[in-house]
Amino acid sequence: MDESSVLIGGKAGDGITEAGMIIARLFNKLGYCLYQYLDYPSLIRGGHNFAIIRAAEKKVGAHRDEVDYLLALNQDAIDLHKWRLKENSIVIYDSDEVKSPSMEGIGLPFKTFAEEAKAPKIARNVGLIGAFAGAAGIEEEVVEEVLRKEVPKSVDENLEVARRGRQGIEGREGMKVERRSYPCCPVVTGNELLALGLLRGGLDAYVAYPMTPSSGILHFLAKVADEFSIKVVHPENEIAVILMAQGFAYAGKKVALGTSGGGFCLMAEGMSLAGMAEMPLVVVLSQRPGPSTGVPTYTAQSDLHFAMNAGQGEFPHLVVAPGDAEQAFCWSATIVGLAWKYQIPGILLSDKTLSETAYSFNIEEARDVPDIKPVIWDGGGEYERYAPGDDGISPLAFPPRPGAVVKANSYSHLASGITTEDPREIETVQDKLLRKEEGLRREVERLASVRTYGDGGSSTALLCWGSNKGVSAELGEELGLRVVQPVVLNPFPANRFREALRGVDRTVSVETNSTGQLARLIRYHGFEADDSILKYDGRPFSVDDLESRLKEVAI
Amino acid sequence: MKPQDLATGAENTWCPGCGNFAILNAIKPVLADLDEEGLIPVENVVMVSGIGCHAKIADYVNANSFYAVHGRTIPVATGIKLANPDLTVICFAGDGDAYAEGLDHLIFAAKRNVDITTIIHDNRVYGLTTGQYTPTSPSGFKGRSTPSGLEVPPINPLEIVFASGGTFVGRGYSHGIDLLKDIFRSAILHRGFSFVDVLQVCVTFFNMYDYYNQRVYPLEDHDPLDRARAQEEMKEWDYNSDGPIPLGVFFKKDAATFGDNFKKFNSRKTDLEASIRKTLEGYI
Ligand SMILES: Cc1ncc(C[n+]2csc(CCOP(=O)(O)OP(=O)(O)O)c2C)c(N)n1
Ligand code: SF4
Ligand SMILES: [Mg+2]
Repeated sequence: MDESSVLIGGKAGDGITEAGMIIARLFNKLGYCLYQYLDYPSLIRGGHNFAIIRAAEKKVGAHRDEVDYLLALNQDAIDLHKWRLKENSIVIYDSDEVKSPSMEGIGLPFKTFAEEAKAPKIARNVGLIGAFAGAAGIEEEVVEEVLRKEVPKSVDENLEVARRGRQGIEGREGMKVERRSYPCCPVVTGNELLALGLLRGGLDAYVAYPMTPSSGILHFLAKVADEFSIKVVHPENEIAVILMAQGFAYAGKKVALGTSGGGFCLMAEGMSLAGMAEMPLVVVLSQRPGPSTGVPTYTAQSDLHFAMNAGQGEFPHLVVAPGDAEQAFCWSATIVGLAWKYQIPGILLSDKTLSETAYSFNIEEARDVPDIKPVIWDGGGEYERYAPGDDGISPLAFPPRPGAVVKANSYSHLASGITTEDPREIETVQDKLLRKEEGLRREVERLASVRTYGDGGSSTALLCWGSNKGVSAELGEELGLRVVQPVVLNPFPANRFREALRGVDRTVSVETNSTGQLARLIRYHGFEADDSILKYDGRPFSVDDLESRLKEVAI
Repeated sequence: MKPQDLATGAENTWCPGCGNFAILNAIKPVLADLDEEGLIPVENVVMVSGIGCHAKIADYVNANSFYAVHGRTIPVATGIKLANPDLTVICFAGDGDAYAEGLDHLIFAAKRNVDITTIIHDNRVYGLTTGQYTPTSPSGFKGRSTPSGLEVPPINPLEIVFASGGTFVGRGYSHGIDLLKDIFRSAILHRGFSFVDVLQVCVTFFNMYDYYNQRVYPLEDHDPLDRARAQEEMKEWDYNSDGPIPLGVFFKKDAATFGDNFKKFNSRKTDLEASIRKTLEGYI
């Protein structure tokens, strides 16, 4: 078997996320590349949670519908997912919970195992993992090594539960998971990679108000704040978040903030302030389905145009949408440099899929971080915060700086930072902002801002952005299609995009929204998407989903 | 450093007789003195203003400033202070600014006791938008949005800041510059969240000079460390009744400030790459 998919499901509170991570790490030890999709409703207890862990010997960036193993902590986990089973799939379930299995499977009393081992009830999930490892022929030592590292407390009791699970399965082993040779990499969520990339970009501070699916960044950075010597602040609301961040930027500290669409709405006035006052900020906007509260824990790509246009007035909006683990890391580092060089707000556009999926991350493949430096005042002459410089970029100085009076202003202003309503000066300010945007556009064209995958010779191209890169690239490979992914969406790298489409006579855009926001964007730049494949049920495309949708448009 | 060194070339557009001049003329000598005395070099001062007539003060003082947006002085100032605790950060906000558009920030700044100073130009009216009521306008106030008189009573901002945990609460008046200078100076030198509500008369939309002149008096024999007395004095005038109006420093308290524990995070790690790799090892 070149790849396997394992689904583990149960109620919220059953430890599905943790169990999924443990399974991912088992495969990791065996030489597989991992992709873990997490599906959970917005509640704390009850409901149905599941994780699909896909392990392959080559790089994968999407989940499959079918699973080889279905691990069920309750009845729902079987009933809701039996459509995913293949002929030789194996179902293992907790017979203490599942009273009428709707299909054949191996029932073991995991709740009893946990009680007998004096482990907490949640250790049922570890029992299930023990049974799965036994069935899949994963050595006991590997299981023990991973559990020792991953289980927070009562480790020995947990190991005992896993052992009982393993014993219970004896004689009923199924498809064996063979060892493969994919390098053993850390398995990290997209949010953690975005955060690590920001740190790599030199982050000094992170400010955020909790909002799914961006909160993982806040939690991760708060945890490593000591280690990286950064300041992490959770203020009263998102308005305070983006204003506080501008205080950090004014004082010379590299700052990022994170939110989802609802919080970003509150940040619109701050975006515009950053545009006018020329404050460098990185805003992580992790999308979920809207409008309004929408579907908090599911996915969408419906805020692209909102991000590109947030805030009154006309000012440069940098919008970057990484699509996989390595891009998440590299681009979040790069956007810090760009935001500081051009003194603008830069938006890192993610979504629930990219943010909360766990990936095998190979840092050796994420070394493409250009060194982009801010322009700092050399101390000569009288300091003017908004002095007209090359490309509209004014040299920066940060208080306390003897000899420099640093005056930032949200009003239209003179070079000194003092308010003006003079008609010529108003145009000067606006022209300065436009010149910065033009410089940024040229710089973006020089970076790897459009990526191609699949068959570069194909005359049919899938167009995708953000988290749909993984599933599109995989199908591009498999079906011999070209895949074009603009990573920077604003300012749009039209030349690179044109280059990437050379020789293409048919384009199909693949998006998780209902109106085709990428298709709309490229049309503005003179390109056409001949077909659009749209999905807006809150769930990401599985490989199988997209494959059948491609057939529908005759590909 | 002399007060006149703090002037800018910007044309002053406040109405003649506006109480904002008193605030401007009080803050410049205070900053100049603090610089002269070596207590606070002027380059360490950052003024943060909102939007309104009051906010123009940012253009009129030749010091570092962030002329922010309506209601948002406090979060900007908080960010600056957290970023660099060596800076002295002073907000100049309007009553519409701080008590309507940005009240949440005021309460939180007081609660956190972040070490910044907030000076409210409380003219009890929206000046720049030409005369609507604010949260401190008295009931019955006939503004352009309430032509038949405001139905609801005002808030007492001193009590709000006090109840929220602010550690310096004062009130000034735009007539009598010496008292105003004293209050500003002690507010700036106080470590923690300092709050000064200045009864700043708007001659154009709510001229209260006569009214105030008959009622204000400086707090005497008052110990600002006496919490109970402080509260009584704050209740003396509720911004609505005709009661006597005490001026001065009502309350002061020493307390830990927000961000104290951030100071240790000011030393940057040198080998980022190595720290990142080390962190990633935890995820294998
Ligand atoms: C978000 C926003 N809403 C409304 C305004 C319009 N506006 C400008 S100044 C102001 C009120 C100013 O009143 P105050 O803060 O008391 O300042 P004053 O002019 O009295 O000094 C308003 C509502 C604005 N600039 N921004
Ligand atoms: S309108 Fe009132 S507050 Fe504004 S400048 Fe004139 S007097 Fe001063
Ligand atoms: Mg006012």
